[in-house]
Amino acid sequence: MSTTAPTALGAPRAPGAARPAQKKRRPGRTLLRSAPLLPAVVLLGVFLLGPVISSLYGSLTDSSLSGASAANAEFIGLQNYADLFADPDFPKSVLLTLVFLVASALIGQNCLGLGLAVLMQSSHKAVRAIVGTIVVTAWVLPEIVASFAAYAFFNDGGTLNSMLTGLGIPGVNWLYVFPMLCVILANIWRGTAFSMLVYTAALNDVPPEITEAAEMDGARGWQRFILVTVPMIRRSISTNLMLTTLQTLSVFALIFVMTGGGPGTDSTTLPLLAYQEAFRFGELGFGTAIATILLLVGAVFGVLYIRALKPEVD
Amino acid sequence: MKQRYLGVIGIAAASVLALTACAGGDAGGDANTLKVAYQKFGQFTQMDAHMKQVKEEFEAANEGMTVELVPIEAQEADYFAKLALMNRSASTAPDVMYEDTFMVKTDVEAGYLAPLDDYIADWEDWEQFPENARQAGAGDDGKIYGIPMGTDTRAIWYNADILADAGVEVPWVPETWDDVLETAETIKSSSPDTIPFNIYSGKGQSEGASMQGFQMLLSGTDDELFDSDEQKWILGSQGFEDSLGFIEDIYQGGLGPTPQQALDKNIGTTINSEWIPGGELAMSLDGSWASGTWIESGSAPWPEWSDVMQVAPMPTQDGQDPGRTSMSGGWTLAMGAGSENKDAAWDFISTALSKDNSLSYDIAASQVAVRTDVAEDPEYTDANPTFGFFSELVADTHFRPANSDYSKISAEITVVMESVMTGQQTPEEAAATYDQAVIGIVGEENTMAASD
Repeated sequence: MSTTAPTALGAPRAPGAARPAQKKRRPGRTLLRSAPLLPAVVLLGVFLLGPVISSLYGSLTDSSLSGASAANAEFIGLQNYADLFADPDFPKSVLLTLVFLVASALIGQNCLGLGLAVLMQSSHKAVRAIVGTIVVTAWVLPEIVASFAAYAFFNDGGTLNSMLTGLGIPGVNWLYVFPMLCVILANIWRGTAFSMLVYTAALNDVPPEITEAAEMDGARGWQRFILVTVPMIRRSISTNLMLTTLQTLSVFALIFVMTGGGPGTDSTTLPLLAYQEAFRFGELGFGTAIATILLLVGAVFGVLYIRALKPEVD
Repeated sequence: MKQRYLGVIGIAAASVLALTACAGGDAGGDANTLKVAYQKFGQFTQMDAHMKQVKEEFEAANEGMTVELVPIEAQEADYFAKLALMNRSASTAPDVMYEDTFMVKTDVEAGYLAPLDDYIADWEDWEQFPENARQAGAGDDGKIYGIPMGTDTRAIWYNADILADAGVEVPWVPETWDDVLETAETIKSSSPDTIPFNIYSGKGQSEGASMQGFQMLLSGTDDELFDSDEQKWILGSQGFEDSLGFIEDIYQGGLGPTPQQALDKNIGTTINSEWIPGGELAMSLDGSWASGTWIESGSAPWPEWSDVMQVAPMPTQDGQDPGRTSMSGGWTLAMGAGSENKDAAWDFISTALSKDNSLSYDIAASQVAVRTDVAEDPEYTDANPTFGFFSELVADTHFRPANSDYSKISAEITVVMESVMTGQQTPEEAAATYDQAVIGIVGEENTMAASD
């Protein structure tokens, strides 16, 4: 991120990065200059486009883990998608995925990350170091460790209920009564550091003279923030929204460890539904269809961010 | 701008790379290496010990051969998925695998297993396996694909001290489901801190919930899951709904663990290594192997277990004949279809299941012996006071439907159990959901309405 943020902000270039202005362009030269990109493009084709196509194809078969269709998977067209849209678990799962995404990534991680970054900018160095370390710790933990930590916190006999009991408040069975709230809070805890780092880098590159000029013009603190700072860091906002969205859409281990998608289907987001169908029920084709839908949801959000925040216009 | 998109794409590509890297495996084994896959999880460590012992014996007898043990550390449902994934690729497929009897038919259809008939024809020990045990490892084509290691029956384990303290007459022999519920109520009111009754339920317990839980109930009603004469799945039966009703009574009536405890994937380990030895659970509907945890060689030795824990057969719903019920399954050793050295794989299987090895495994893992010579051996019958009881239950036991769609349908049973135990559906609604799911799996033509 540290490499993308400065350019994203249109900040003055560091002297070393300055390039002599190009005067002439020749098509042959452009092509030649792109040649070193070729291996990367091929790799992307094989490892990015390949799996997408194979996932699309897999979702059109009745492939399964065991049984006759494991030996000879048949092409069944859009049958998996027809079954999926008729399955009452599916709309619920889509809804839960969107709730999880909006609450934990878009609102939680982004706003909290931005808030922390802004507060840390004007705070004392020591405070910045301490808060930064604490927040980043959750991000540094391997996903499975963070998931177990969150489980140990929310679980019936866990830290949260012990603390509440200590204060004389009767706790509830958090993971059972409020499964979505628990996984959302856990994901905010885990992912805020990422947004915070992105926004800290972005805010550092907002030239102080612009905010000072706004201040001279009589803009209040929040006006300066909304009218000057936010537009200047909107490319970082767009990038950050995109990345946190994609990360959050694919969150699996956290929910799997904390609630297993339950109770019932009350926290079964699309990745858990795909896992359940593919590996619990052995319906690989059906599970792949869910994964493909997930891919589409991610793509839709990606396009939305690019459109809404127009990062390419300066 | 392009740079940034490439950056985003690059990250996505890197994560895909990482994922595909997980899917890759090492190169396939050669003819001198036997890959043996089995489950090792929580309290179930006996198979691991047994396989290590057989590996030594086998390598000593066959110079130049190496046995590569692949213990799959996963609970049951994940074990099936991981084993199936191993089987899908020739480079990872095991030569010998630990295979649940109910998966044999499905895996035969998938082409994962090799028929053993040619080897059995020359195997003297085969005579020791009674006919019903032989059928446990048969495929739909009638060939034998798995050799049973032991079988099991299921019943209610109860803590005699807790029941006696609650004023229940011990030895306790419930005659109907209501007797069980009443006893649970009695325990709940006399000692509120004790969990009265456990029945495995929900998706997390997978086959354990379907078989130790649901089918122990359904087999005690007048209905069945599957009509083996018509080869059709039975839908809309009263027994199905009543069985879900029992689950509702236990979990929504506060007579079992809380649904969250019950849905914890590790509850099986918790029950047998903590709750029961700690006197926190009064009655547990579980398998004949449960004592394997408490014996000296078990994972949580508990010397007093044979004084405290007693067993009662699971009653039928209203006490209808024969008054008790049980379910039997068991595990086999099977040979991978892609094995490069089938003769050696067979030698390994027959060594692992010789009389002496079967004897030590059946005692260690508290299995109901299938080999006649083991079942009659005094060393076996004297080893555990419950072996006699569980072996005798075989007379009234039931088997799971012998049909290759069973494993998928069994998974659907656990789904409706979970929605009933958490109160998301009534037994009636859940039964209807199940009916729809079964039609979705096998098609309407392979189902039939229950005859009332």
